[in-house]
Amino acid sequence: MQFWIIQGLNSLSLGGLLFLLSSGFSLIFGLMRLANLTHGAFFMLGTYFAAVALRSFEGLNIWITALGVGVTVAAMGGLFERLVLRRLRANPLGQVLVTLGMSFIISDACLMMWGGDSIPVPTPRNLQAPTRLFGFVFPTYRLVLVGCAIAAAVVLYLLLERTRLGAMIRAGVDDSQMARAVGIRVSNLFTMVFALGAGIAGAAGVLGGPILSAYPGLDADMLPLALIVVILGGIGSLPGAFVGSFIIGTIYTFGTALFPELAYIILFLPMIFVIAFRPQGLFGRVIA
Amino acid sequence: MTISRRQLVGGLTGAGIASIAAPRILPAQISEPIRVGLLAAKTGPLASGGIDMDLALTMFLKEHGGILAGRKVELIVADTAGVPATARTKAQELIEKEKVGCIIGPLAAFEALAIADYLTEKEVPTLGVAAAEDMTQRHPSPWFVRLTSTSAQCTYPLAEYVTKELKFQKIVTVADDFAYGHEMCAGFQRAFEDYGGKIIQKIFTPLATPDYGSYVAQVKSADAIFLGTAGSNGFRFLRQFVEYGLKEKMAVIGGMTALDESVLRNMGDEALGIVTTSWYSAELDNPLNKAFAPAFRANFKYDPGYYAASTYLAGEVLEAALNATKGDVVDKKALMTAVRGNNAQTIRGVIKFDEYGNVIGNVYIRRVAKIEGRLVNAVIKTYPDVTQFWTYDKTAFLQSPVYSRDYPPAKNLEP
Repeated sequence: MQFWIIQGLNSLSLGGLLFLLSSGFSLIFGLMRLANLTHGAFFMLGTYFAAVALRSFEGLNIWITALGVGVTVAAMGGLFERLVLRRLRANPLGQVLVTLGMSFIISDACLMMWGGDSIPVPTPRNLQAPTRLFGFVFPTYRLVLVGCAIAAAVVLYLLLERTRLGAMIRAGVDDSQMARAVGIRVSNLFTMVFALGAGIAGAAGVLGGPILSAYPGLDADMLPLALIVVILGGIGSLPGAFVGSFIIGTIYTFGTALFPELAYIILFLPMIFVIAFRPQGLFGRVIA
Repeated sequence: MTISRRQLVGGLTGAGIASIAAPRILPAQISEPIRVGLLAAKTGPLASGGIDMDLALTMFLKEHGGILAGRKVELIVADTAGVPATARTKAQELIEKEKVGCIIGPLAAFEALAIADYLTEKEVPTLGVAAAEDMTQRHPSPWFVRLTSTSAQCTYPLAEYVTKELKFQKIVTVADDFAYGHEMCAGFQRAFEDYGGKIIQKIFTPLATPDYGSYVAQVKSADAIFLGTAGSNGFRFLRQFVEYGLKEKMAVIGGMTALDESVLRNMGDEALGIVTTSWYSAELDNPLNKAFAPAFRANFKYDPGYYAASTYLAGEVLEAALNATKGDVVDKKALMTAVRGNNAQTIRGVIKFDEYGNVIGNVYIRRVAKIEGRLVNAVIKTYPDVTQFWTYDKTAFLQSPVYSRDYPPAKNLEP
């Protein structure tokens, strides 16, 4: 019983982290039809920034750090889109290649700047003590992380469904040519969404830091997870990313707990069936 | 190095002309620098160790003014990126283009295995640091010696120590799911169970494990957990181990890389009291290390660990061998005999090699303590002259299969 409860909570917390990671990826993919392979690197950058900030300023709040780092990485993402990706709009394959190249540049820059060691991100002091519930012990921070993911999901949902910007983004996702025709500046929208996606990834990197630590290769560890969440949930769909994250979190957690040798097979095998039987993902719409 | 290629070529031609004019002058190769190749992963996930390997060897040569056994030494560093295929290309480059006389490294077992046959075929003396058991057991090469330890060599003394001194009876092992982790856990399990202990659970985690939560949550109740991890993985596992409140319930012990100085420098007080085993510690109390470790710390602001010590050690062994051959590297056989016949005083104590080319030397049991505000691996017991076969019969040892995930079989696992 204890096993199922603890691993259930683990699934939830990993799912929360995955949602923070992949929601931005999904948004960018949905609007720009671009598999942004820099996404893992933005996430890692967030974690490194958090490690540096939280270790050099004693008493700095992790939530404020997440906000600050999110804005910083968003700015970097916006610039990257404006200065590089935009010029390659006619060349989707070139764009993907550039995002891959950018991720190499970022990860090598991180290596140069911070070396090859793993740098821990301190857990907020008031959340360090494990939570004890009915005789179970569980890290408090992980529980809080689930809350963060749900809060982020609500905010993003409201942004997309209840604001003018959201309506424009949805219009762009559904039919960017028509959106252009009715006067929406889709190029500006691209920059904004790319920045937003990068910013969420950066903030997610901060919040994931206490669990993951900053280390070279973190980007490559996280990117495939974002990819499979989006494939499962459906491209460009926020509810898809949300549900997909928790499903992947559960599969991964119970997979590694029950069949540790097959951890990655269990994670990736279902993707074959998704691609075979429901290529648009659980919540994706069929793209004409 | 200070000598440029053009100067070198100029010097060579000069020497050539001079030798026509005066045939009794020293052969050209004596004035030519000895070229030493270092294979180290300086980028990618293993970069931390690779960079330390480069720093320490460069420091060793600098301390000697770039001269060993009266000859100038030129170091050529090739970055393997921690990728076997790249290691192979770089080894080829070092040997065929750079014409190195010997090779130090590489770090990871899979890199070493990828180039082992090539180096044997090319007959290049290699001072290895990778730990794969069979390189000095069932498939030794006359051109290869290992200066550090096999995967399991350091775990045998630890097994004795934890049963006899700490009285542990039940232990859970956790390690990365690749050969190094398998071999280390297998060796530890063998010795620990021979001393009467029980390994009740073995957990192997994929090399790329973003979140250790689900693994930590499965750890069964035991006297201790043995960390057979390398690089940053052990440290990240440990972090979660503490957060799940398990460190209050069981002791933590580890292999030679789990709490290496390179890991320790980023850890907090949660590391205090952890007992590990290794062939080195920055705290070792011998004259050579008393000079090396503080100098390294003064230069780079952190303690040297496994990786830094391994190439510094390689420098020391190479110097001793070159002294024996009077600086000759052209006769590769003689150089290799000199390396193998070594009885060098090193930063890890006196070492020698067995007939398979593996090191026989001290192994140290260490406990993490805080000295002058920083975490160190304080030596608490020394096991002298440990061989790769420990107390086991060599012939029987070599006739059994190599250590692996399932060999020797774990008989005491709890369901």
